[in-house]
Amino acid sequence: MATLMNGARILLDCLVHEGVEAIFGYPGGVTLPLYDALYEHEVRHILVRHEQNAAFAAQGYARATGKVGVCCATSGPGATNLVTGLVDALLDSIPIVAITGQVPNKLIGSDAFQEADTFGITRSCTKHNYLVKDINDLPQIVHEAFYIAASGRPGPVLVDIPKDIFLGQAHYQPLKAIHLPGYKLVLDGHVGQIRRAAQMMWEAERPMVYAGGGIIHSGAHEELRELVEILDAPCVNTLMGLGALPGKHPNFISMPGMHGSYAANMGMYNTDLLIALGVRFDDRVTGRLKDFAPYARVIHVDIDPAEIGKNRVADLPIVGDCKRVMKKVNKALRELEPELAPKSADARSAWRQQIADWKAEHPLEPVFSDTEIKPQHLMAEINRLSDGKAIVTSDVGQHQMWAAQLIRYDAPRLWINSGGLGSMGFGLPSAMGAQLAFPDKLVFAVLGDGGFQMSLPELATIAAERLPIKIVVMNNGYLGMVRQWQELFFNNRLSASTMSSFPEVEHLGAAYGIPGRTVKKPEHLRGVLEAAVAEPGPYLLNIEVSPFENVYPMVPAGGAINEMVLSQPNPVPVP
Amino acid sequence: MLQVISLLVENKPGALMRITGLLSARGYNIESLTVARTLDPVLSRMTIVVDVDPSLRKLVIKQMNRLINVLQASDLTDAPSICHELVLIRVRAPRENRTAILKEAEIFHARVVDSSVEGFVLEVTGATEKLEEFIAVLQGYGEIEVTRSGVAAVSLEAKKLKLAPPIPTAAGEAGNYTEKDEVVNA
Repeated sequence: MATLMNGARILLDCLVHEGVEAIFGYPGGVTLPLYDALYEHEVRHILVRHEQNAAFAAQGYARATGKVGVCCATSGPGATNLVTGLVDALLDSIPIVAITGQVPNKLIGSDAFQEADTFGITRSCTKHNYLVKDINDLPQIVHEAFYIAASGRPGPVLVDIPKDIFLGQAHYQPLKAIHLPGYKLVLDGHVGQIRRAAQMMWEAERPMVYAGGGIIHSGAHEELRELVEILDAPCVNTLMGLGALPGKHPNFISMPGMHGSYAANMGMYNTDLLIALGVRFDDRVTGRLKDFAPYARVIHVDIDPAEIGKNRVADLPIVGDCKRVMKKVNKALRELEPELAPKSADARSAWRQQIADWKAEHPLEPVFSDTEIKPQHLMAEINRLSDGKAIVTSDVGQHQMWAAQLIRYDAPRLWINSGGLGSMGFGLPSAMGAQLAFPDKLVFAVLGDGGFQMSLPELATIAAERLPIKIVVMNNGYLGMVRQWQELFFNNRLSASTMSSFPEVEHLGAAYGIPGRTVKKPEHLRGVLEAAVAEPGPYLLNIEVSPFENVYPMVPAGGAINEMVLSQPNPVPVP
Repeated sequence: MLQVISLLVENKPGALMRITGLLSARGYNIESLTVARTLDPVLSRMTIVVDVDPSLRKLVIKQMNRLINVLQASDLTDAPSICHELVLIRVRAPRENRTAILKEAEIFHARVVDSSVEGFVLEVTGATEKLEEFIAVLQGYGEIEVTRSGVAAVSLEAKKLKLAPPIPTAAGEAGNYTEKDEVVNA
C-alpha cells in the first residue's frame, strides 16, 4: 500500500531500507524539513561542527565498516564545504552518500539566498550526482545513489534535494528495483586470463605482490593471504592497502613508494613479475614511471577498466572484483603447482633470500633518543599499545608516513587515512566516524599539529557524543612535510612552515571537558599513553617531538624508486 | 590528433556536462559536438570530435564508458564509419556571380535553400574535407558566412550493445525482467 508522506520522510524511509544507522550532518535553512522529520526518527544524527568534517566522518565510518557512510549539509555554503570530503572519497574510492539541501525548484538559478550550483560544482567531485526535480523520482534516486556508491569501484554520490521536494507530498511505496542500464560491472574476470596469470606467477623467478586499497574494498584479504602463501612471494601493501596482509606476516615487506621501505622499493625495482592487485600505480608509488619495475611483466587486476594501462601497460590485464578473481587465481595456482612450481623453485628461494637481505640491510626501525621524543618512538609506542588491533586514523604529512611505516595491522579497515587527496584535517573527523561504528574499539587519531588545528572544532562533537578517541598530536612545531621539502629542495628557506603558538592542550581539553596532557620527555611517553588508553572517555595528548626529524627513506619526486635517500643527506642548520 | 567519439547516452540532465567535463578537465578543446535523440526518446546519440593526445585516446573512451549515463562510448577515429556534417553558407551574389556560384554548388551537390537579391543560402552535407574545399571555393566569390553542424558519425559495424540488468533493492526483487528489454532502438 502506498502511503502519503512528505519528501523528507520518504528520504528517511529509503535510508532505513539501505541500512543507514547514522548521518553526520549540519542543518540549515533548506534542510529544516529533513531535520524536522529526523526529530523523532530512528536514524541517528551526529551534529558535527563543520560540514567538511561531516564528509570525513562519513568516510571514517565507511572505511572502518565497508558500509556506505552518509553525510548531510544544507544548500550553498553547507554544500560547498562538503567538496573536499567528496573529492577525498573519490580519490580513495570510499562509498559515501552526501545529501544536500537546495533552494526550492522555482528559485533555482535566481541567485537565491544560500544558493549554489551544487549539482554542477560536485559533478567532477563525485562518482555520480543527482538533482531531484520531482518528488516521485526521490526513492529511485536515493536507492541508485547507494547502489552506485557501494558497487563496482566504490565512490561518493551526492543527491541534491530542493526544499519543495522535502516538503512535497507523494504516495510512497518502497521501491522494488532500480535499473541503471549504462552501469555495467565486470566482476568475474576472464577465465582464460586467470589461467594465464596463474601460469605466469609460477613461471616467474622474482615475483612481487603489489596489493592496494582494492583488496580492502572487495574484502579479498583472505584471498590475498592465500595467494601470497601459495606462491611464498613477498608482498607490499600500498598506503591504502595497509592491513590487507597482516603486518606480522613473514611475507609482508611494508609499503612501497616515496617513503616506502628499502626492501619494498628494491623488490619493486628488481622483480620480474609484478602482481598488481587493486592498485592504480599512483605516482607516489611508482616514482619516475619509465624506471618503475623495469624488468617486470605486469599482471594487473582491477575492477575499473579505466585503471588498466592508465599509468603502466599491463602485460596481462584482468578486469574484475579482486575477491572473485583471486579465488579463481588461487584455485588455478594450486592446480598448476605440482607441474610448474618445481621449475622456478631455486630462483624463487634465492629471491626470498635477497628480499630478506634487503630487509636486514636497511630495516624500518624506530629511532630513539634519551633527551627528546623521536616521532618514530611515538609511533612505536602506539604500535605496541595497539598490537595490530586498534583503529588508527591520521592526517597528512610526516606523522602519516611514520605511522604508515611503523604501525602494523592484523586486519584490514584499521588504518584510515587520506591517501589520494592528502587532505589535512582528515584524521580527527574520520576517527569520529570509525569510533561511532565501533564504540568499544580502541581508536587513535594520530595527527600533526597542523592538521589537528584544521579539525579543532570537532573536539566539541567528540565531547558531546562522548566518543572515547585517543587524540595523539605529534607536535614538532612545523608543517613537517612542507619543511622537509623546503630543507631538501628549497635551500632550507622555511617559508610559512613554522607553526609557532600551539594551544596548551591541558586548557584546550579542559575547555571541552576532555582531559589533556603535554609530554616532552621520552621516559614519560609510555606511561602517559597507557593512562590515556585506560581512560574510558576521549583523551587529548600533545606529544612534543624532536622538531627537525625527517622521513626516510625518501624517493625525491620524479626519481626512480631504487634511488632512495636513506637518511638525512647533510646536517641541516637550525635557522 | 582529432579523435571521433560516438556515444549513446541516457537523455538525462547533466549527462552532456559529465561527458564534456571529462574532456575539459584535461584541457582538451572540443572541435565539434552534435547530440540528438535516438528512436528511443530516452536516449541520445552524440558525436564528439576532439583533439586528444593519441596515447590517451583509449583512456578517454574507458573513462567515458565509466560514466553512469553513458551506455556506450566508441572510438570511430580509425574504425569503418561515415562522418558527415552539414554546412549552411550565406554568400553574397551580385548579378554577375550568380550563375558561377550556382555552378559551383552543383559540383559540390549543394542545395540552394534561400535566394534573394543579395545572394544565396546554400546547404551542403558530406565529409569535412569536401565541405572545407567548397567553403574555400566560395570564399573566392567574396565574403561568406558559414554555420557548421559539426560531425555526426555512424559506425559501419553493428556493435552489440550490452546493458546492465535491473538490481533489486532491499525492499524487493528485480521482477520480470527479460533479455528483450535490453534491445534498444538506437
